[in-house]
Amino acid sequence: MRGVRRLSCRPRTPPGRKANPVPADALKCKECRTEYPLEARYVCERCFGPLEASYAPRSATGEELRRRIQAGPHTLWRYADFLPVESRPEAALPTGWTPLVRADRLAARLGLGEVWVKNETANPTHSFKDRVVSVALARAQELGFETLSCASTGNLANAVAAHAAAAGLPAYVFIPADLEEAKILATGAYGARVMAVRGNYDRVNRLVTELSAERPSWAFVNVNLRPYYAEGSKTLAYETAEQLGWEVPDRVVAPVASGSLFTKVARGFEEFIDAGLVAPGSGVPIMNGAQAAGCSPVAQAWEAGTDVCRPVKPDTIAKSLAIGNPADGPYAIELARRTSGGIDAVTDDEIRAGVRLLAETTGIFTETAGGVTTATLAKLAARGEIGRDERVVVYITGDGLKTIDTVRGTFEVNEIEPDVEAFEAAMGELVGATV
Amino acid sequence: MPVTVKLPTQLRDAAGGQASASIEGAATVGEVLGALYEQHSELRTRIADEEGQPRRFVNVYLGGEDIRFLDGLATAVPDGAEVTILPAVAGGQGQPASGA
Repeated sequence: MRGVRRLSCRPRTPPGRKANPVPADALKCKECRTEYPLEARYVCERCFGPLEASYAPRSATGEELRRRIQAGPHTLWRYADFLPVESRPEAALPTGWTPLVRADRLAARLGLGEVWVKNETANPTHSFKDRVVSVALARAQELGFETLSCASTGNLANAVAAHAAAAGLPAYVFIPADLEEAKILATGAYGARVMAVRGNYDRVNRLVTELSAERPSWAFVNVNLRPYYAEGSKTLAYETAEQLGWEVPDRVVAPVASGSLFTKVARGFEEFIDAGLVAPGSGVPIMNGAQAAGCSPVAQAWEAGTDVCRPVKPDTIAKSLAIGNPADGPYAIELARRTSGGIDAVTDDEIRAGVRLLAETTGIFTETAGGVTTATLAKLAARGEIGRDERVVVYITGDGLKTIDTVRGTFEVNEIEPDVEAFEAAMGELVGATV
Repeated sequence: MPVTVKLPTQLRDAAGGQASASIEGAATVGEVLGALYEQHSELRTRIADEEGQPRRFVNVYLGGEDIRFLDGLATAVPDGAEVTILPAVAGGQGQPASGA
């Protein structure tokens, strides 16, 4: 690859740093297991299967790993031993270690016992995408890239723009032209060059895949850096386990777009179990995936009892989940099946209701993707699939201020004259309306 | 007018380093791919599975549209059309549409 420093297969440990005890040692094809060096590549040249980071057998004990984690920063880099980087970077825009809040009022409303919300709106650009970009950027810098890019449904654009700005790198982001205005404005504000492509996300993605061949000196975080990028989602699981006192939840409800987050969260729990970081005998949680009915290729395949996800043309208010052709769909289905979970789809009205339900019971205002997740939790509860003794973790991946139109018209605003009598009169009407 | 097949970087070494191929006299996407395999035999195993269908993570487009939204390999190819082969990134699984 011209213009890019090539690295040897095994990452080096910089002088003065302790060797990484869980090193990534290769990229491996998820289909045919062919191995490649830890370079900027994302697809198997033999079978076109996706590549992912693989790790050498662990040498440190669970206790040693736990000490290293606890001595780390309160960011996702406390888990650097489990990420495909040579060394823990000095992140210019600290990310992760978001709150895990117990949502008793939400649980009570749904007749559930114990529900926790992982609040990803607390990240620097208010979505979980800060995690995947952090890891992709760190690896991109190790590989010598100097320009960041991506195809995005919005949240990723925000994160790429912000992290590139913090690192002093130029960024070019490609989005569907009909994206929510807030996400476009919150990208351009960082100085990123915004390319609004006439077409849906799948078209944008295709364009960027083609461009990645034309611009080999650019780090397209979710194309040629995808194996590193995807690993960032594992930190959602690591944090959850640590915040629960080194325990694994019984069940997880998480959104499914490409299926990457969903599968990597489970991988994160698996790695902590294998590393001896959580109680012996812990198992991977029951994994429930959440899709919008207007773009539900994975839920449709699940319903049909197949792992063949037929591509769809998205039509949903949950634009951040509007991937009609999900790369990790079959893996998401296999995971749901293996853990006795499932993949559900909810309508746009259910999504709006989910946004309000979460906001009213937890104080967390989520974007439509979180509405999809909350509505799916409600659906599972209504079907009686969740036992009262279960500890459930719900991943709320983005902020409601980015999709503000979702709640427009769902409540009334009382406009009054600036005097006490007007207020009392309005109060009388409000009380009367609620009697 | 011949049909142009655009190849991704990952396949170019199996096509003599070419970024595209020119195909004459093919009426469907399936025939285009068949003729492509005649020109560069290694491409057959790289693109197609044992049943001759595009592999699970290979996307084939005709004039910008995924052939799974058309008639799959049976999709008619107009004169001078452009067929693009790309690896799936956030897009992958899927059977060719019915009739393919």
